Amino acid sequence: MLITRRVEFSSSHVCRNPLLSDEENVRLYGPAANVNGHGHNYVLEVTLAGDVDPVTGMIYDLKDLKDVMMEEVVDPMDHRHLNYEVPPFDKVVPTTENLTVEIWNRLDKRFQAGPVRLHTVRLFETEDTSVEYQGA
Amino acid sequence: MTVRLTRNYRFVASHRLHLEHLTPEENQNLFGKCNNPYGHGHNYIVSITVRGPIEERTGLAVSVLGLDAMVKREVIDRYDHRYLNFDVAEFASVPSTTENMAFAIRDHLQANWTTALGPNAPQLVDVKVQETKRNSVTLTLIQ
Repeated sequence: MLITRRVEFSSSHVCRNPLLSDEENVRLYGPAANVNGHGHNYVLEVTLAGDVDPVTGMIYDLKDLKDVMMEEVVDPMDHRHLNYEVPPFDKVVPTTENLTVEIWNRLDKRFQAGPVRLHTVRLFETEDTSVEYQGA
Repeated sequence: MTVRLTRNYRFVASHRLHLEHLTPEENQNLFGKCNNPYGHGHNYIVSITVRGPIEERTGLAVSVLGLDAMVKREVIDRYDHRYLNFDVAEFASVPSTTENMAFAIRDHLQANWTTALGPNAPQLVDVKVQETKRNSVTLTLIQ
């Protein structure tokens, strides 16, 4: 059975690869390549897979899941400029794709010991654009 | 690292669900108020999901700008602010149910997929058409 929790965080970023020309950056990223950056209200949905504990009636305590999401994602990223304040985005372009995989990696290590496993990370950059990752 | 990216697009259109070979009673029974003679309209939302590896150089799995341009050309420009029965060829004789719209949108996108998105184009995974907040159809092409 799957269980999903949602959190929001607000961050700024700029999508530019310093190895590419200005022209190429604008061609690839459009307005997201604006050097001074811009921001989003990100919405993160994290889904865990596991069995329902017969004693508690829960797959996983949602408060514990929220705590993990806060510690690994919201606390370090909320109201920050991703490129300047949140490694590895000083070196990796903070596209929604890369951000989703980074969030997966941060969360996945917290669920290695079970009893649940990380199933899906879905990150909405806007209401109309989202990226979903289910691990390698 | 393979990810799925979903993007929503919007258009508004009117239509009437009606089959010529059926009697007025049969059309009413089948389509209900969607068969009313002068048509009606919806604010449609189309969600396109694609799947592909993240390109290391760019950090992107798909060019959203390229996808936007293609969906605008192939879908929005065809359907937005139209009466689907009269203005859109594929719905002249086929009813523009949400199901049939999903098939038509898939066909329009696939016809120019690699031309528009390049040799490393991601795969088209889902076409979801939302007719109202309460009704949507999802056409799944790849699990």
